[in-house]
This record gives sequence, structure tokens and C-alpha cells, in this order.
Amino acid sequence: MSANSVLSETRADGAGGLVESQPVTFPRVLASEWVKFRSLRSTWLVLAGAVFGMVLIALLIAYNTRHVAPNIQGADLAASSPLQGWYLGMYLIGALGVLFVTGEYGTGAIRSTLTAVPKRLPVLWAKLVVFVAVTLVAMIAASFVAFLAAEAFISHYRRGFSLGDPGVLRVVIGTGVFLTLLGMFGAGLGWIIRNTPGALVTYFALLVALPVVFATFLGGWGKSVAEYFPIYAGGSFVQTFRDPNTLAPWPGLLVVVLWVVVTLTVAAVVLRRRDA
Amino acid sequence: MIEARNLSKKYGDKVAVDDLSFSVPPGRVTGFLGPNGAGKSTTMRLLLGLDRPTSGSSTINGKPFAQLTRPLHEVGALLESRAVHPGRSARNHLLAMAATTGIGKPRVDHVLEMVGLSDVADKRVRGFSLGMGQRLGIASALLADPGILILDEPINGLDPDGIRWVRNLLKDLAGEGRTVFLSSHLMSEMAQTADHVIVVSRGKLLRDQPMAQFIAEAGSAAVRVRSPQARDLEDLLVRNGASVRRQAEGALEVEGQTAEQIGSAAAGAGLTLYELSPKEASLEEAYMALTEDALEFCCVAEEPDGSTSPVEAVA
Repeated sequence: MSANSVLSETRADGAGGLVESQPVTFPRVLASEWVKFRSLRSTWLVLAGAVFGMVLIALLIAYNTRHVAPNIQGADLAASSPLQGWYLGMYLIGALGVLFVTGEYGTGAIRSTLTAVPKRLPVLWAKLVVFVAVTLVAMIAASFVAFLAAEAFISHYRRGFSLGDPGVLRVVIGTGVFLTLLGMFGAGLGWIIRNTPGALVTYFALLVALPVVFATFLGGWGKSVAEYFPIYAGGSFVQTFRDPNTLAPWPGLLVVVLWVVVTLTVAAVVLRRRDA
Repeated sequence: MIEARNLSKKYGDKVAVDDLSFSVPPGRVTGFLGPNGAGKSTTMRLLLGLDRPTSGSSTINGKPFAQLTRPLHEVGALLESRAVHPGRSARNHLLAMAATTGIGKPRVDHVLEMVGLSDVADKRVRGFSLGMGQRLGIASALLADPGILILDEPINGLDPDGIRWVRNLLKDLAGEGRTVFLSSHLMSEMAQTADHVIVVSRGKLLRDQPMAQFIAEAGSAAVRVRSPQARDLEDLLVRNGASVRRQAEGALEVEGQTAEQIGSAAAGAGLTLYELSPKEASLEEAYMALTEDALEFCCVAEEPDGSTSPVEAVA
């Protein structure tokens, strides 16, 4: 490994003479982010946890609600009932979104990333595209499997629901969409806060702690504020029954989208402005 | 070519880089020296567009870093601390970087081999030693065959073999007409590698000159003399206007006269000399002399009330 051979090898590279580097384009940044996403073991562990968790919870709910009994509430017999695994999914997918970004800041890898893509914003969008593509597919698939498995089990005991029933397709696909949006929200918080514990705590506070505080302790006024937090707004989109204290399904989805858009806009602005 | 023009960076009240202007031309190794906290790393971060200057600007081949279309091909950078996710393998780290500029797997394998990491390329970086991490950093810097290299402490943690390899590599890269800009705390290493030095202290530029000139200017130009008639020799030299310090074993350190003048004077007076040697200054001495001076005039201490005020240098 003498220096001379290093250099002549650099010049007479086995790959065909000079190293052929190309201008940085969005598809290339996308390819780079895909390598990063797939090359961390934690990515697949978390995704697998979310998929299996949702299916497992669906089966447990199906088992517990196989007979109509007086102690079972109406909500638990609704078509969307087996999909309540999203309460687990929202933690895992949100954390996945957070970590995809803060993992780079915490380790210093962001400096490699931003010297390779000094315009910065393409990194944010590329991460988002990769994250959404994988998560959306995985979570919609998980949601379909969870629903179909649970209903297949329930059908042995009582009349359940099928994909063709009113609102069912919306909640099955919607659960995957909602979880993906929460992951995007987490990623946005990751860009803004940049350290893993801080971003995770903020995510859980905005997702669970704050809306519960508003809904529980601040009376009617608090309840009407709480319904605009993602957990209640999005929750109404993934339920086939209507809770009078929450928004209607589609306005609910719109509110979640707004949370994501605002968070990502702030993220894009601070990413451009701040020192890395 | 790297150029910095009136580059300044403040973090809150703290001035990290203070009106730095310099250029680093291709074809030579330029060393970047300064005490800890002098602003070397900050300057490099500014050059790479990671931090935004408070005022001033810097360019790479005439363009701001953010406007380079193939940044990895124009500048290969190694920054002080590790810039790799520990959960990722060395190969995947390089593949991700390579993908941004359309470089394929063969080149990644090649740079891994170049830095001697082929055997551990698929291991997660978490388990790497300091030296292996440093080799991976060098591999990232060389990945896209860059015309400019910006290296912050590239030999940190390397073994003697690795150090010599980096030294020769940098010289050869400069010899190929590339721009090489590196910082290091190791003066002996810098003296062997760099052709030109830029010295900063407390964010300010102190020197920007060829290595040889820097050492020569800072050197004390003292001459060491030993003689059995040390006392007579001392009297003679003092009469001739030199300043003389007595050293151990009857040796004298003479300033103000050259070795030739001392030798001739001794011969004229019939004095025997056992040793007559001009002291050669080293980069380390030159550097210490310069930065000590700089520190003496600029030290400030924090007062209990949080304000700062000049204090007298202890040295």
C-alpha cells in the first residue's frame, strides 16, 4: 500500500480510468437516502415491530370481541375496532421518523450528508420520499392484514365486516396513511430539534400528553382545542363510528395534514438557515 | 483553489474566526496551525458551508461551496470528529455518499482497499477503533477523486505506518496539482508534510508564508560553542558585541554573531574550539514562539460578574 500505487490506482481506476462523478440531482440524493434508510438494522426492526404489533393487536381484539356481550362497548364492535393497533404504531412509526433524521445529527453523519449535498433541502425531501414510500406500503399492508385476519377470525363466531362495508376501506387505508403522516411529523420535529431525546419527547408530548391534558383537565374549552391535535383529529379518520367530541373524518385528516405541512415548512426553513 | 475573504464567525459573543483572509493554491500542501480553540475547525466548517459566516465569504474554485454541482468531486473533506452513523457499515456509508454524485460500487471498493478497510467494510462502524474511523474518513474524502482536500487532523489516531502513508499520499496529491489544506497539532509531522503554513490564533491570521521562511524568521539564530577557554572566549565575544549565555558543560550559546564570525575571532585570539554549531530552529520552536507572543497580548479572563477584562500574561 505505497503512496505511489495509491495514486496510480486512483488514476487508472479499475472502474474505467477517471472516477466518473456526476452532478448532484434529486434522484441521486434519493438513491443516497435509500441506501441510508435500508442500511440501518433499527429501521427494519421498528418497521417489523409495527407490522407484527398491528396484526397481533388485531387478533387479540378479535378474540376478545368474538362474542357480543353486555360488557363490550359498541365501539369495540365497530369495523375499525381491530385496527386499534395504530396506538402502538404511532409510537413506533413516529420514532422511526424522528430517528431517521436525528440519527444523523447525533452521530455527526449530517456533516457528511451536507458536504455531499450542500443545498441541503434536497436531503429533507429525499428523506421524506424514502420514508413515505416504505412506511406507506408497510403500514397499509399491515392494516389490510390486521383487518382481514381479525375479521376472518370473528366470522367463525358472529357476523363481522368486510372491506365492502361503508367506511371500511377508508379506515383500513386511512390507518396506513395516518401512521405515515405521524412519521412525517416526527421527521419534521427531528429536523427542527435535531437531538434524539428532545425530538422524541416533543413528539410524544404533542401526540399524547398535551391533547390528553387539554381534553381531561381544561373543561369544554380544552376539549374543543384537543380535537385539533393529531391523535384525535386523525383518530376520527381511522374510526368507523363517530365520537361526538371529535372532528368528522375528512376534516380530521386535513388537520393532521396541516400539522405535517407546518412542521415540515418550519423544518425546511431552519435547515437552510442554521449552522449544521 | 480555496479562498477566504474577511471571514468572521461569532457564536453569541464568542469570536471564533476574526476577519481571516487567505488563499490556498493548488500544487502544494498547506498546513493550518494554531492552538486549540484558535478557530481552525470553525474555518474549515465555514469553507464547507456547514456553518454560515457572520461576515465575509469563502469560495472553492471561485464559487461558494453551496453552488458546486459536484461537491464531493471538487472537495474531499475530513472533519475533526467522526461523521458516520455507527450503526451503518463502512461500505454502506461510502455507498450513500457515492450515490449523491453517481459514483458506483467499484470505486467504493477501491477506496476501501486504498485505506486498508476492505476486511471490515461490512462491519458496523460502531466497533471501529479511532484509527479505523480515521481511515474511513480519509476514504470518504478521496471517494470522488477531489481536486481539493480539506483535512482536519487527518493523522489523529493513526499508527506510524498510517501516518507515513497519509504523509506520502498528501504530498503526492499536491504533486499531481491538487490543493491540499490540512490542520494538525503534531508539529514534527506538519514540518515533514507541509510546504506552506497558515497560522491562526484566537481566530486571527498570524502568518501565511512558506514553511522554510516561517521557520527561518522565527529561529533565534543562536550558535552553540564549546571551548576549554570558555571564559576568555566569552570575554572576547562580548567585546565584539554578541550576547552570550552560559550553558552546561562549559558550552556557550551566542546570539548576535554568525558561526563564521565566532570561528574567525577565536582563531585570531588563539582560542581552541571543540564545537561550533548554528542552532537550527524547528517548526515547533517557531510555532511556540509565535503563539506564545500572540497569547501574551490577547488573553482575557472571565470576571466573576461575567464580564471580561484583559489580564497580564503569566509567562
